[in-house]
Amino acid sequence: MGSVSEFFQHFLNGLTLGGIYALIALGYTMVYGILKFINFAHGDILMVGAYIGLFIFDFLRGDKPLSAWWFVAFMIAMLCSMVFCGLLGMFIEKVAYKPLRKATRLAPLLSAIGVSFVLSNLAAWLFGTQSRKLEYPFDNTPIVIGSGSNAVSITPHQILILVASALMMLILKLFVDKSRMGKAMRATSLDQDTAKLMGIKSDHVISLTFAIGSALAACGGMLIALDFKVYATMGTMVGLKAFVAAVVGGIGNISGAMLGGLLLGLLETFGVALLGIPQGYKDAIAFGVLILILLFKPDGLLGKNEKEKV
Amino acid sequence: MLSFFLLILIYTGIYSLMALGQNVITGYTGMLSLCQAGFFAIGSYVTAILCVKCGWGFFATIPVAALLSAMVGVLIGLPTLRLKGDYLAIATLGLGEIIRNVINNWDSLTNGPMGIQKIPKPSFFGIEINPYSKWGYLLMVAIFVLVFYLLLKRLADSRMGRALEAIREDEIAAGSMGINVTKYKVWAFAIGAACAGVAGSLQACFSLSVTPGTYTFMVSVIVLCMVVLGGMGNFKASIVGAFIIQLISYFPQLVGISNKFPAQFKQILFGLILIVMMIYRPQGIMGRSRRSFSKTGRSCPFKFLASKVRTVFKSSKEAGR
Repeated sequence: MGSVSEFFQHFLNGLTLGGIYALIALGYTMVYGILKFINFAHGDILMVGAYIGLFIFDFLRGDKPLSAWWFVAFMIAMLCSMVFCGLLGMFIEKVAYKPLRKATRLAPLLSAIGVSFVLSNLAAWLFGTQSRKLEYPFDNTPIVIGSGSNAVSITPHQILILVASALMMLILKLFVDKSRMGKAMRATSLDQDTAKLMGIKSDHVISLTFAIGSALAACGGMLIALDFKVYATMGTMVGLKAFVAAVVGGIGNISGAMLGGLLLGLLETFGVALLGIPQGYKDAIAFGVLILILLFKPDGLLGKNEKEKV
Repeated sequence: MLSFFLLILIYTGIYSLMALGQNVITGYTGMLSLCQAGFFAIGSYVTAILCVKCGWGFFATIPVAALLSAMVGVLIGLPTLRLKGDYLAIATLGLGEIIRNVINNWDSLTNGPMGIQKIPKPSFFGIEINPYSKWGYLLMVAIFVLVFYLLLKRLADSRMGRALEAIREDEIAAGSMGINVTKYKVWAFAIGAACAGVAGSLQACFSLSVTPGTYTFMVSVIVLCMVVLGGMGNFKASIVGAFIIQLISYFPQLVGISNKFPAQFKQILFGLILIVMMIYRPQGIMGRSRRSFSKTGRSCPFKFLASKVRTVFKSSKEAGR
């Protein structure tokens, strides 16, 4: 216990877990930044993404033995499921949230809970309640680096997660910071009415935000589905934790969501591995950290402190 | 069929108690709390543990359940209630999950995921109230709901109730009027928690067993939906909301078509109702309109109708003259 390699091992495990949290947290934080409400259905969109990805992947790989084609099929499946979920997110926004733009703050939240109920139960009804396995599209034997007591092992799955989540976050960050549409997005999140006056089509921006957030959720959903199985309520707990990550980082802040996600993943892994907190209390760590951070920094780590004016 | 309807009524009663508490927290004070399930669990486990392990009577455990829930509420409330809006929602959500997590893992006290079975039936001065016979139990639950309804109604009409409403409308203005915002918020939270604790006691001794799986986040959400569906800031409406939601959830079984519909049907319907409701009638079925809207807002369909009838009468009288 306590050797450097062990530390690195846990660090690596925490980083992969955190990468997924960060990916999903981005969807929450983007929606919150613009519309100021918690999209409770985000976790269920993740589940839909995992199911769609599973079906397409199984269809494409057919009976062929494990080969490079599996990996290509997996990538195609992921792309399709991301597109599908992006459209689904836009559709949900149009139907369930758009009529509530001017309503009280509770209304869209409850509407989102309604959407979450519909999605998760529709999935349980259509696809059955038993969980399904998404096969690894590659040989998932761990790669061992180093030897003896200094060995650190990493599975190809972990590499995929790290690469995929880093890539997605980089693209998103560039898109939001550099592109014209990203600028419109930032303007809308700062002040929707003023943005409208400046000629920004805020409805388009909101649609796009939902599409991007949902696509990222689908990607995250497929990545976790490899480790945990695919079932109708798979998104609930991951969704909640990703939301915690978004709040910890400062909700509405894209870098904050990434930071919060990584931090949460690391804390969970280290809390269990080094501090000796029993495995069963793993979920409690996440929420305990959340409450602690909110107490000392009520706006999250990177959030802006907004003073309320009378 | 009748017995099934009684079951729905009993569950309505138990959930009504939680919804009443939620109404104090959300409807009156305007705090979005999502941990009624946690306090519900505390109440249930207090009753279960005291009855089974210490041999207490059921009625003796109720004050303990209420007090312990309220104490946890205060302990958590003191620091977290400084948070605003959605942050508070998430912090309380976290609290609910922590409570469930602790119950799930504290094997020596709560028996972990197995739960506690064989909770003795409650008896009242030697008369045993059998949960299976339902009528007696329904009466007991109804009395509890009535007592809490009256208590909370009195509370809402008191100085404190007005203070809570002032906090809901504008925290800063309320503070500058000399209302101790933190104190009242913590009080509201504790009262709401105590209601849920009592509901938990009733649930534990109705089902005669407790397992952590009963007290999920979904329970908190359903209770919140009951309050919103009925209409916020209205205790009667919370009870009506509880009844409607219980009726919807057991409707297929009640009319005996549950085998024709998939088990998920009711939840899908429930979700759809929630969405449609939020779009077309966000103030709830019996929503109380704010004073400034009272001329145009239809607070209650019957009242609206009555006022219409009245104006018709008035104009006809004037015409007759």
